Amino acid sequence: METFDLSLIWALIIGFAVIMYVVMDGFDLGLGILFPFAPDEDARDVMMNSVAPVWDGNETWLVLGGAGLLAAFPLVYSVFLPALYIGVFLMLAGLIFRGVAFEFRFKSRRRRIWWNRAFCWGSAVATFAQGAVVGSYIQGFAVEDFVYVGDAFDWLSPFTVLTGLGMMAGYALLGATWLILKSEGHVQDWAYRIAPTLLIAVLAVFAIISVWTPFLDPNVWSRWFDHIQLIWVLPALSMACAFTIFRSVRRRDEGLPFIATLGLFIFTYLGLVASKWPVIVPPNYTIWDAASAPESQLFLLIGMLFVIPVVLTYTAWSYWVFRGKVKVGEGYH
Amino acid sequence: MELDPLLLSRIQFAFVVAFHAIFPVFTIGLASYIALLNGLFFKTENQAWDRLALFWTRVFAVVFGMGVVSGIVMSFQFGTNWSNFSLATANFLGPMLSYEVVTAFFLEAAFLGVLLFGRGKVPQGVHLFASIMVALGTFISSFWILSANSWMHTPTGFEVIDGRFQITDWSDAIFNPSFPFRFSHMVIASFLTGGFVVAGVSAWYLLIGRDAEANKKALSMCLWMLLFLAPVQAVVGDFHGINTLEHQPTKVAAMEGNWETMRNAPLLLFAVPDQEAQQNHFEIGIPSLASIILTHSADGEVPGIRKASPEEQPPVAIVFWSFRVMVGLGFLMIAVVFMGLWLRRGGRVFEHRGYLQTLRVMTAAPFIAVLAGWIVTETGRAPWLVYGVMSHAEGLTPSLTGGMALFTLIGYMAVYAVVFCAGVYYLTRVVRQGMLPGQPDFSDDIERPSRPLSAAHATFDDASRTTMGG
Repeated sequence: METFDLSLIWALIIGFAVIMYVVMDGFDLGLGILFPFAPDEDARDVMMNSVAPVWDGNETWLVLGGAGLLAAFPLVYSVFLPALYIGVFLMLAGLIFRGVAFEFRFKSRRRRIWWNRAFCWGSAVATFAQGAVVGSYIQGFAVEDFVYVGDAFDWLSPFTVLTGLGMMAGYALLGATWLILKSEGHVQDWAYRIAPTLLIAVLAVFAIISVWTPFLDPNVWSRWFDHIQLIWVLPALSMACAFTIFRSVRRRDEGLPFIATLGLFIFTYLGLVASKWPVIVPPNYTIWDAASAPESQLFLLIGMLFVIPVVLTYTAWSYWVFRGKVKVGEGYH
Repeated sequence: MELDPLLLSRIQFAFVVAFHAIFPVFTIGLASYIALLNGLFFKTENQAWDRLALFWTRVFAVVFGMGVVSGIVMSFQFGTNWSNFSLATANFLGPMLSYEVVTAFFLEAAFLGVLLFGRGKVPQGVHLFASIMVALGTFISSFWILSANSWMHTPTGFEVIDGRFQITDWSDAIFNPSFPFRFSHMVIASFLTGGFVVAGVSAWYLLIGRDAEANKKALSMCLWMLLFLAPVQAVVGDFHGINTLEHQPTKVAAMEGNWETMRNAPLLLFAVPDQEAQQNHFEIGIPSLASIILTHSADGEVPGIRKASPEEQPPVAIVFWSFRVMVGLGFLMIAVVFMGLWLRRGGRVFEHRGYLQTLRVMTAAPFIAVLAGWIVTETGRAPWLVYGVMSHAEGLTPSLTGGMALFTLIGYMAVYAVVFCAGVYYLTRVVRQGMLPGQPDFSDDIERPSRPLSAAHATFDDASRTTMGG
């Protein structure tokens, strides 16, 4: 195993799965959060139809990342899940309710209002829990001798509540810009109207988190402030994306707001990775501390290298098949 | 009262895994049946096969969808409640469980869409190929899961270094001693489950006189398969038991309700095991039969539960009675399929209302038998998580409190109650809708999202029936 670093390869795979999940499930969870604010039931139909063909494929990345963690970085799996015990349950419950609502809302007329509620609450709870996971990761975990020793609600602090709300705003922004891309008429007008407000909310939360984080973790402080480094490019790019969103929404561009929002997420994510790297279970354990045996990593790597291209192809294909605008009263009969 | 996180976690795992297991145990058998129907249609061009295949594919879509949902929860259980176990065994269980996920995704991405939505849009041969691949995929999926589970029963090919299991021989670990028996027992159980469900639903259609021609075909082929497989399962189960006797004698002792190691051990038909007194009450048994079954000789030695210290004994009553439920249902299934053979004379099997009603009720039997069987093998392993190496208590998440475990236990029960009720309710609507007359046209499918449930083509409530005609 001297020739190449399996833990590094696995970190790239897991990191890729995480960002794929965040941006892809992000916009459909965001639509769920925006659901109650939609102008009318037609708009809700359009919102759901715009993601119906792809949403469960988006969740593939969550399961792939989770399974990969157990196999490649079991320490992450065995610390994060106990530490986030209640949060993980809420996230799963939210995702399940949302999934069921997705399937049955279309097949139901009389009970539609209940499926609407399940869809909205499921999305909101799952998103908040995911934001709290990110917050907990930044905060770090009480770990002694490879075992989590903290309490049931360590994951719920003022900081993680903030990251949870930030995630909700972020996903809602992704949802709104996705809707700009996929809809037209009054639905698109509504999406254009709410996008700037959401962006301001996201930027406000990002700003507080950015200022707060270096005080939570001295390593992060030294990473960013000890000497001027190349990584300052990442927040600069995030800001450029934010500016692009503002401008393109005002000019009523259709595709650019969504692409710029993706950029905002990706560069912020990379900024977070740059803050912590190579620590994967903060504050103390690196990817090499958290790794499983090299043979185990290699064994699964073979399968992953096989399946990831297939899943990517399938994903690209389903987005291609369902490209174009979703019109009111279309898609389902 | 002090809440015990260990007990609550065990109950929670038993609940989520039992809930999950009923879906794959059905879909594994059903996938092969659908492939067979598509194959028969391909070969004979008989429309009846096609309509049967279409109907059962719709059922498959719903059940598969529910299995996927409950499976996601499973993949987090190991970490949330059994983190010490996860960390210790990750070198083996990590890749094995992940390969199951990889197989499932590959299957879903590449072939499930073609099976569910490709009918009439891809060449018939391609559609048949996709259905065969889906069936094959369900076997590969269960291969990984059952290998991982068997390794926990009969761990081999490893050494423990610093509290972690390091795999020294992968093929020894994957093909561990109990794996071949557990795998064959489970695959046959899946076929029995699929067979009895198809037979039960066909019988119900015959009772209400719908689509008699196709349903007679379906019932007949199911009964032939079950006639062969139900007895084979008894034989395979016997071999599995002998394998367990070799590796987990205490479990077999608990199954037999046998406290003292003895020769000429009786087969107990009834007993009330008393863990505290370390003996049975009200025993009724057949002399020497347990020895004959387990060792194939009347004076063969059968191990006793007391060989293990009371702390290392499983809860005997649960194992003892679950085993009797499983075996009892197994023999009931054999009796029912032989009754079918007898009724075939003069074709009465398709008209005998009492028999058709029996088949309807028997739909539940394989599910109960499978769950009882899993309770036997999993409870019978107690107190071990990895047999002889790591106990349940050692594997538990150290930071878990009773309150947390109780909260999620109630939570999962509530979530699953909603999902299960919605799913089963919807499934009954699909079945009530039945086979669609003639050559159904779902040409609007291309406009629909290609998700499993979309293939079911039934509405959720009556109000929407007219608007959802397709």
